[in-house]
Amino acid sequence: MAINFTVNGKAASTDAPPTTPLLWVIREDLKLTGTKFGCGTGLCGACMVHIDGRRAFSCQTQISEMAGKAVTTIEGLSADSSHPLQKAWLAEQVPQCGYCQSGQIMSAADLLKHNPKPTRDQIVEHMSTNICRCGTYQRIVRAVERAAREA
Amino acid sequence: MSAPAFNRREFTAGLGAIVVAFSLDPKLARGQERLPGSLQTNRRLDGWIRINADGTAIIFTGKVELGQGILTALAQIAAEELDLPLSRIKMISGDTGQTPNEGQTAGSQSIENSGTALRMAAAEVRAILVDLAAKRLGLAADQLTVADGAIAAPDGRKVGYGDLNPDLDREASAKASPKPPAAHKIVGKSISRLDIPAKVTGGAAFVQDMRLPGMLHGRVVRPPRYGSKLDSVDEAAAKAMPGVVAVVRDGSFLGVVAEREEQAINARAALLKSAKWTLGPELPDPARLFDVIKSLPSKDATIGVKEGAAPANARTFEAVYTKPYMAHASIGPSCAVAEFKDGKMTVWTHSQGVFPLRAELAKALKMQIAALRCVHVEGSGCYGHNGADDVAVDAALLARALPGRPVRLQWMRDDEFGWEPYGPAMVMRAKAALGGDGKIADWDYEVWSNTHSTRPQSTDGTNVLAAWYLAEPQKMGPPTSPPQPAGGGDRNAIPLYDFPRQRVIHHFVQDMPIRVSALRTLGAYANVFALESFMDELAAAAGVDPIAFRLAHLNDPRARAVIEAVAKKARWAAGEKGDGTRGRGIGFAKYKNLACYVAVVAEVEVDRGSGMVRVPHAVAAVDAGLIINPDGLTSQIEGGIVQSVSWTLKEQVRFDQSGILTRDWASYPILTMPEAPKVEVELINRPNERPLGAGEGSQGPAVAAVANAFANATGKRIRDLPLNAARVKAALT
Repeated sequence: MAINFTVNGKAASTDAPPTTPLLWVIREDLKLTGTKFGCGTGLCGACMVHIDGRRAFSCQTQISEMAGKAVTTIEGLSADSSHPLQKAWLAEQVPQCGYCQSGQIMSAADLLKHNPKPTRDQIVEHMSTNICRCGTYQRIVRAVERAAREA
Repeated sequence: MSAPAFNRREFTAGLGAIVVAFSLDPKLARGQERLPGSLQTNRRLDGWIRINADGTAIIFTGKVELGQGILTALAQIAAEELDLPLSRIKMISGDTGQTPNEGQTAGSQSIENSGTALRMAAAEVRAILVDLAAKRLGLAADQLTVADGAIAAPDGRKVGYGDLNPDLDREASAKASPKPPAAHKIVGKSISRLDIPAKVTGGAAFVQDMRLPGMLHGRVVRPPRYGSKLDSVDEAAAKAMPGVVAVVRDGSFLGVVAEREEQAINARAALLKSAKWTLGPELPDPARLFDVIKSLPSKDATIGVKEGAAPANARTFEAVYTKPYMAHASIGPSCAVAEFKDGKMTVWTHSQGVFPLRAELAKALKMQIAALRCVHVEGSGCYGHNGADDVAVDAALLARALPGRPVRLQWMRDDEFGWEPYGPAMVMRAKAALGGDGKIADWDYEVWSNTHSTRPQSTDGTNVLAAWYLAEPQKMGPPTSPPQPAGGGDRNAIPLYDFPRQRVIHHFVQDMPIRVSALRTLGAYANVFALESFMDELAAAAGVDPIAFRLAHLNDPRARAVIEAVAKKARWAAGEKGDGTRGRGIGFAKYKNLACYVAVVAEVEVDRGSGMVRVPHAVAAVDAGLIINPDGLTSQIEGGIVQSVSWTLKEQVRFDQSGILTRDWASYPILTMPEAPKVEVELINRPNERPLGAGEGSQGPAVAAVANAFANATGKRIRDLPLNAARVKAALT
């Protein structure tokens, strides 16, 4: 049975088996490859999306849970880097390899949505779900602070 | 400014195996003039630069973007010398069908080799364009001015580069002078990285994101441990699963291809379950690892000997340090896309070296080089030789079974952790004699290590994983190690300090019970950890402040300058002591004893109850010669220090005799944001020195600074990495 939901404001539907992780529906059916496969166990954060306005590991979310829900991916923030976090990520030249950065930005967007003026400690605590191997953490903090300031 | 000078020893040491390959190239005639950087091995001007009729330029480089910002830096160099705006430069990199062969993108050498080549080639192309314009305008070249890709006469007439159609199908002369640093307008600026916009919008930035028409998804099924043989597997059951297109088996190499990625993952799980293996040899007992390493056969080389007088009445000291196996631990498992069509194989890969990979593919697939093309596409950061080359061969083996259908293959997380070649475990034994004057009178150092490169083309065998498991298995050749001064396991084993008498022995351990290869810095991380820890131990024994102690043994003015700069920036107080839980330490190295100078002061906080160590703050001073992109350099140093703190506090590959136990982020935790230090970086620009890469400059100094800070904080020295809670608690009780 098809499962209907929305992705980045557009209607989406999939016939994938109910246990299929949302990650693969996003990447395979919708061809939105900004959301990454990293570990498949919710330990790295590369697959982070928003479901009904809160962040979620798309590798840990079965498609059967998605009926009627609204998904936002990195592509849904903006396609032209106009979202305050994307602007801040550019201004601070955050990424090195960049593979984790979609997930980092989605986690940060979840934070700012619910706490527009977070303290440094709140940023760091919130972002602890997302690991970065290149060591860009301090630039991520700076970028979140900048986005909070300039949004 | 004249061309940067390269002495031959330094150059060949830096390029290692690649230079050996080129020295056999018949096109390189004896007595041919040595050209700077990679121009030496790629001598045609149009191999580097093409000027298009629309006034844009295409720049070709054999070096590839790994997230280190190299394509931006190389574009800056080319734009500067060509007098073209960056917006009219297009970079093409790492494509065996199009670009120069510059071997591996590794060892912090891209700025030195590719950057130098482009700087000289671009200066020469600009001179050719000016000469052509001079003829066209009927004026002498020195009457013309050049700006923004146009050449102007004093009377206002102008010729654009696009109108000149220069013949660049010629050998570079390297006779044109590049601009003096004072004239630089683009080099030296923190230009925004060209690759970042796609990385913040979810654009197609990575090979993992490639979607070709008709593309299928593959997965591989690896054995429980090294050297196992596949006895049986239920292929039919896997083939009957939804979406499965093919199960590919060749000896003990096993893979599956499906229409969708999750279908390939499900089929892989089924194959893993039904596969029966004859297990390969047991791994060493981890409790005895370092004894095992020291007992294995080794080739021993004595290096860095200074024959001063034997000291009399000196106090002697000895310490043994160890470093475990460490993983590259890329966030994105390795990936490649391969297509076999009309007898030709194209592989899109995040390999650090598309030409060496092509050579391995030819061996593994028994194909002609001419039928193979490897094209670099960015992947997740690799930090050395991770699974990138292996997965490319895996993908090609699957694609060969399905001609005309591109196959995209990404490893699973446990493939990456279980099968990547780790940075080798190492043992370092340091001995020294301290004279009555409080200075080091004798230095004796030994390091035991496997090779730090089993990369493609590093041996005369086949150096990719899948090839060892085929029905007709291929083998690696005997391991090699780059010679000094760059070195491999002995990288940075020779102190830069001016000791009157010293001896360094590199025990190059031949057998590799656990798969190893190049991890960022090769042996330098461990050697700088040992050497700089021991310097602090000796300073304490001499009753001298560790910074003063270093400076008392150091004449190199650039080395002294970074140490003095970091001491000043960190407000170091001579003789400062920790309070039991907080302390600071310093570490210093000139990377490879050839490249950038970095000094780091790190601060630690020790929770004596839990044994947890934090590094809240680190300060670095860096001299990388002429700086191409200050923010890019800063970013590399920041990231290098954070990665080194992660290695130092947390990382070791877990294994027992049954096999590798590190399979996920729970069994191989890395530094998270709450644990990451705030890093401050001071850059010392040296416009008249040649530019040096810095991607690997900070890791050695950072580990030493943290280890020394721990000792400064607690009065206890930990000589075995990592400084994890169990070790800290043991040291403090």
